[in-house]
Amino acid sequence: MTRPAQGVKTGIAPPTLWICEHCDTVYRRRELACGEVARCARCDAILARHHSLSVNAILALVVTAMIAFIQANIWPIVTLGLNGQLISTTLWGCIVMMWREHAQVVAVLAAATLFFFPIVKMLLLGWVSLYARSGRRAPGFRWAMVTLYRIGPWTMSEVFVLGALVAIVKAHMYFDVIPNPGIFAYGVLMLIITAFSSIDVRRLWDVTEERSA
Amino acid sequence: MNGLPRAGDLGLVGCHVCGLVCRDVEAPNAACPRCGSALHKRKSASYSRTWALLIAAFIFYLPANVLPIMRTVSVGDVDDNTILSGIIELWVKGSPDLAIIVFTASIVVPVLKFFALSLLLVSAQRGSRWAQRQRSKLYRLVEFIGYWSMLDVFVVALLTALVQFGFFSQVEPLPGVVYFGLTVIITMLASMTFDPRLIWDGRDFDD
Repeated sequence: MTRPAQGVKTGIAPPTLWICEHCDTVYRRRELACGEVARCARCDAILARHHSLSVNAILALVVTAMIAFIQANIWPIVTLGLNGQLISTTLWGCIVMMWREHAQVVAVLAAATLFFFPIVKMLLLGWVSLYARSGRRAPGFRWAMVTLYRIGPWTMSEVFVLGALVAIVKAHMYFDVIPNPGIFAYGVLMLIITAFSSIDVRRLWDVTEERSA
Repeated sequence: MNGLPRAGDLGLVGCHVCGLVCRDVEAPNAACPRCGSALHKRKSASYSRTWALLIAAFIFYLPANVLPIMRTVSVGDVDDNTILSGIIELWVKGSPDLAIIVFTASIVVPVLKFFALSLLLVSAQRGSRWAQRQRSKLYRLVEFIGYWSMLDVFVVALLTALVQFGFFSQVEPLPGVVYFGLTVIITMLASMTFDPRLIWDGRDFDD
């Protein structure tokens, strides 16, 4: 990773080092071969991975995730049947229902972790990688990257998919259960999230240069 | 392992947010020149904050388990389920494999988190050098599995929205599920405020 020398300001050490986040051990950076993962010799945490996905690929994944997310939210997830009566629900159906049934805390948690945070994450990541394709920093890059870091652990769509599975099995003991397109869209979303889990978004700091966009 | 230099020894500090390696300017309110976040060698007041959150989470954890999380009403029959009784029902009537998954997410993971974080806090505060590598791994495990405990909360939300057959069958959430959701969130915050570098600091900041 070469960086122009004028990028080094006072206070910033040259970008030739890694510091292990989990134990503070300092390493000299080196290029990683395909599939290689650099681990800390002291605590075994992952220092860096080979960048298997280009910025273009990240953008493509974000767009795919966005399409799957929209599908997952507009279609019902599952339909229950009892004595010929059918009831189906979407994510927002659950959130509204929890609010009405005096579990507002749960409604807010679900809305944040299953709707707002994922959507903010996708939009911000799409925005910064759109510019990063040509090595530029998007307007608001700094804010976007800090926000991405802050909301990182607070998206729970994959937990919701497993929850839907458990709910279906539970409901199946008493009702007819018909899966709807929403659950399949969630399945696709889960696959994309897994693909994303190995990407360190912070490398967008290294592949872009500060310059007015 | 003593040959490996640590950032503190070299006068360096890594930005927690963007990962930039900076020279430590020893200023109390130093900011990362790249992302503008506060720069500090260790997360501030890590021990006291993590203890406080852990204790708060435990206080919420008791009603989360004792109080029922979900009420099923069918043809006048009222059946309140706690987390544990829900798992037992799943085991007996449905599929034991899913019961094991729910048991892991709702019971094993929170209990593991309480024990693991307490162990990490006590051992780091005593400057223990015992099994440092394993303790680091334990911390990463706690961080990784933490949010899967929300599973049961989402199950209750889905069932509440779906099972609305009026007189014949109806599901309502009960207060236990609120306490449980809060427990999960607070334990996640607790594991985030714990600084894993403390495991390696020792009583006299490494040698």
